[in-house]
Amino acid sequence: MAAAVLTTAIAACLLAPLLWPLDQSAVDLAGTRLAPSWAHLAGTDELGRDVAHRSLYGLRVSLLVGAVAALVATVIGGLVGAVAGTVGGRVDRVLMRIVDTIAALPHLLLGIFIVAMLRPSLGAVILSIGLTHWLSTARIVRSELLSLRTRPFIDAAVSGGASRIRVLTRHLLPHVLPRLALATTLMVPHAVWHETALSFLGLGLPPHLASIGNMINDGQRSLLTGAWWSSIVPGLVLVAVTLALAVLTDRWRDRLDPRVRAELNL
Amino acid sequence: MTASLPVSGPAPRTPIRRRRLAGAGRVIRRRALVAVPVLAATSMSMFALGAASPVDPAQQYAGAAAFTTSEENLAQIRDNWGVDDPLPVQYARWLGNLLCGDLGWSTSRHEPVADVLAARAGWTLLLVGVALALVLVASLLLGTLAAYRRGGWFDRGLRAVAYAVQSMPVFWIGLAAIAVFALSLGWLPAGGLTDVTATATDPADVARHLVLPVTVLAIAQAPWFVLFIRDAVADSLRDDHVLAARARGLPGRTVLFGHALRTALLPFLTLVGTHLPELVGGAVLVETVFSLPGLGAVTVQAALGSDFPLLAATTLATTVVVLTANLATDLAYAAADPRVRLDD
Repeated sequence: MAAAVLTTAIAACLLAPLLWPLDQSAVDLAGTRLAPSWAHLAGTDELGRDVAHRSLYGLRVSLLVGAVAALVATVIGGLVGAVAGTVGGRVDRVLMRIVDTIAALPHLLLGIFIVAMLRPSLGAVILSIGLTHWLSTARIVRSELLSLRTRPFIDAAVSGGASRIRVLTRHLLPHVLPRLALATTLMVPHAVWHETALSFLGLGLPPHLASIGNMINDGQRSLLTGAWWSSIVPGLVLVAVTLALAVLTDRWRDRLDPRVRAELNL
Repeated sequence: MTASLPVSGPAPRTPIRRRRLAGAGRVIRRRALVAVPVLAATSMSMFALGAASPVDPAQQYAGAAAFTTSEENLAQIRDNWGVDDPLPVQYARWLGNLLCGDLGWSTSRHEPVADVLAARAGWTLLLVGVALALVLVASLLLGTLAAYRRGGWFDRGLRAVAYAVQSMPVFWIGLAAIAVFALSLGWLPAGGLTDVTATATDPADVARHLVLPVTVLAIAQAPWFVLFIRDAVADSLRDDHVLAARARGLPGRTVLFGHALRTALLPFLTLVGTHLPELVGGAVLVETVFSLPGLGAVTVQAALGSDFPLLAATTLATTVVVLTANLATDLAYAAADPRVRLDD
C-alpha cells in the first residue's frame, strides 16, 4: 500500500511534464476558485490555476528540495560524526557537546533566522535545512564507528599495518554506509516538512515556484472565502507521500536491525 | 542528563527523602557555567550571520525615504549606529547593551525590542503552556489505555492515527480546523485573540479564541508522547512489581495507573524536556495561522523584514527558556526518582 502510493507519486512527479504540460505562470481569471469537478479534479485557486496539476508540480519541487537538503545534512553530519568517532578523546567530547546544544534549540527558529539573514531563496532554504538537520546523522555515525572500532577485524587491519585512512575507507565506511543511507532517507520527510513550513511562512522558495508550502500559503486567502481545496489538497498530497515514505523506511529499519522492531502495521 | 544511577545498598528511608535534591545547587551552578559559552556561541554565530546579510540597516531604518534621502544622510545614520565598525567592536557594543537591559531598536516594528517582547511573550507562554498540559493529560490517558490491551482495536487504531498525524504539518491541521470548525460549522472564531468589535481583552472572549489554536498545537504534538507512553507502559506491565501487584489481587485500574504508569513516567519527563523546541516551532506556525499576537508571529514578521535586533532577541530569549526548562526537567527527574542522585 505504502509502496504503491510512493511509486505512483514518484512516477507522476517524473512524468508530469510529459503527461500534463503546464505553464506555471498561466492564469485564468474567468475561472477562479472553481469547486472540484471533472474538468478540475481539485478545483482551481484564486488565479484560476488547476490545484491538482500544481500540487503535482509542487510535490516535484518539494521532494527535490527535501532530497538535496537531506543530502547536505548527511554530508555535514557524516563528516562531524566520522571525526568524532575516529579521533575520539577531547575532540569527540567537544563535538558532541556542540551537537547536544544545537539539538536543544528550536529548529524552526534557527531555520527562520538563517533564511532571514541570507534572504529567502532556494540556496538559503537548502542551507537552512542542512544546517539544522545534521545532528541525528552525526550521532548515528559516531556511535556506529565507536562500536565498530572494538571489533576484531579492525584490530586485525590495524595490526596488519593499514593506515588510518585505509581503515576508515576500506573497513569502516562499508559498514556505516547502509546506516547512512537509511538516515538520509529518514531525513527526507523532515526536510520536506521544514521546507514546507518555511515556504508557508513566506520565507521559503520564491512565490512563483509551485511548492507545496507556497500553495498552502497562497490558498489561505481562498480558504477564508470558502474555497478550502486550494490549501487542503496540496497538504493532503504531501501527507500521503511523506506518510508512505515513513512507513517504508520503518520497514527498512526493521530489516536492517531486527533487534529494534518498530511496531508499525498499518 | 548529568544524573546517574548509583548502585548502592538499601539505606534508611527518611535521609534519602530529605537528600533527594541535595546536589541541586551544584547542578544548577554547573549548568549555568555551561550555558554561558552556549549563549555566547549562539549569539556570536547569529551576529556573524547578521553581518553577512546583504541588508543595509540604514536604508531599512529610513524605509521608503531611503530613495529620496541623500547619501550623506544615510552615511550619517550608519555612522551614528556604528554599523561600519569592525565586527568584534559591534558585537561587544551589542552585548554590552544587552547586559544593561537594552535589547535594541526593532527596525521592522519601529519600537524598542524590549517593548515588543514584553507585550507578546505572555500570549505565547499561555498558548504553549495550555497546549503542553493538554498533551500531557491526553497522552498519559490514551497511551496507558492503549498499552493495557496491546494489539487490540483501540491500540491499533490509536497508533495508526498517531502515525498519520505525525506526518501532517501543524499549519495544515490548523487550516483544516479553520475550514471545518470556523467556516463550515461556525462554532469557533477563525483567528485573532478577541472579537473585532471588542474594545478590551475579556478573558472569556480570549478563551474562546484560543480553543482552536491550543487544540491544534496539542494534536500536532501528541503523537510522540502517546506512542512513547504506550511503549513504556507496555514494557513496565511485564515488570516484576506490576506482576506482584496483580498477584496481590489489586484491581486492574490500580495496577495500570498506580504501578505500571508510575514507572513509565520517569523517562517521559526527559521526553518532555527534549521535545520543548518542537513545541516552540509549532507555536510559531500556529500563531501565524490563527493570527495570534504572540512572539512566534512577531518573529516571522521580523524575519520577513530582516529585522536583526528583534530576531536575535527572540531567538536568544527562546534559547534561554529552553535551556532553563531542560534543567528543570532534570531536577524534576531527580525529585521523582529516589535512585537518581544529583550530588554524585
